[in-house]
Amino acid sequence: MSIWEYANPKKFIATADAVLPWISGLAVVFLVGGLVWGFFFTPDDYRQGSTVKIFYLHVPAAMMAINAWVMMLVTSLVWLVRRHHVSALAAKAAAPVGITFTLIALITGAIWGQPMWGTWWEWDPRLTSFLILFLFYLGYMGLWQAIENPDTAADLTAILCLVGSVFALLSRYAVNFWNQGLHQGASLSLDKQENVADVFWYPALVSIAGFVLLFIALILIRTKTEIRARRLHAIEMRERMG
Amino acid sequence: MIPELGKYTATVLSAYGISLALLIGIVVQSLWKARRMKARLDAAEARRKDG
Repeated sequence: MSIWEYANPKKFIATADAVLPWISGLAVVFLVGGLVWGFFFTPDDYRQGSTVKIFYLHVPAAMMAINAWVMMLVTSLVWLVRRHHVSALAAKAAAPVGITFTLIALITGAIWGQPMWGTWWEWDPRLTSFLILFLFYLGYMGLWQAIENPDTAADLTAILCLVGSVFALLSRYAVNFWNQGLHQGASLSLDKQENVADVFWYPALVSIAGFVLLFIALILIRTKTEIRARRLHAIEMRERMG
Repeated sequence: MIPELGKYTATVLSAYGISLALLIGIVVQSLWKARRMKARLDAAEARRKDG
């Protein structure tokens, strides 16, 4: 058994149909569990007050905004090297989900920043690279829409994805590179000394798991849709010609 | 029911409100598009078999 078997659209759809109820169910359980735990059953932070509750949305959304682009990068590379259509369609399917997570991270960050930093926005390295990542998502989706030939669109969007990966990386490591700006370093760390207190860490972990599972469920649903759209396009082209 | 959020009530509730609306929005849009595309493909496949 090889991973390349899933490059077969029928095999992909059959597998997705089999696992989707489980992944969707777990996504709901973890997402609701993490957010309810964080919102209702955690204390306020001594400095941030109750705004610390935004952490359970902001951190998982920001993580998944970057991870969605990384997933698009991997599937785009698979498309460029091995020309598997499912791979290109999975990258296309991930973009609207990734931009939603990016938007959540940007909005919750601004809402949190206003009372804590005294400003909605600052041209700080991490914030700026995140905004550029958002613009890359918009450009990526626009490019798919703008090009009629699906293979050409997949080629060009894959190249755009490679370029945008620089900003995906920057939005993760900008704080470490420049060591300046308003945004603090990573809130979550495997180092117990640097990590947030356990009372915030455990619900955050559950919430992150919920975001990851939701992302996987949405990618499976949307990739199936893209596979069907491609098939429909082929049938309609044949009908027009014959 | 809602925990005491003090002077940050509007801040926290707006962050949760907007985020949940966006999350629900992308889920509903994904399901709606999936359903619509499946129906369109099924109709096209049926046309192909008949014709």
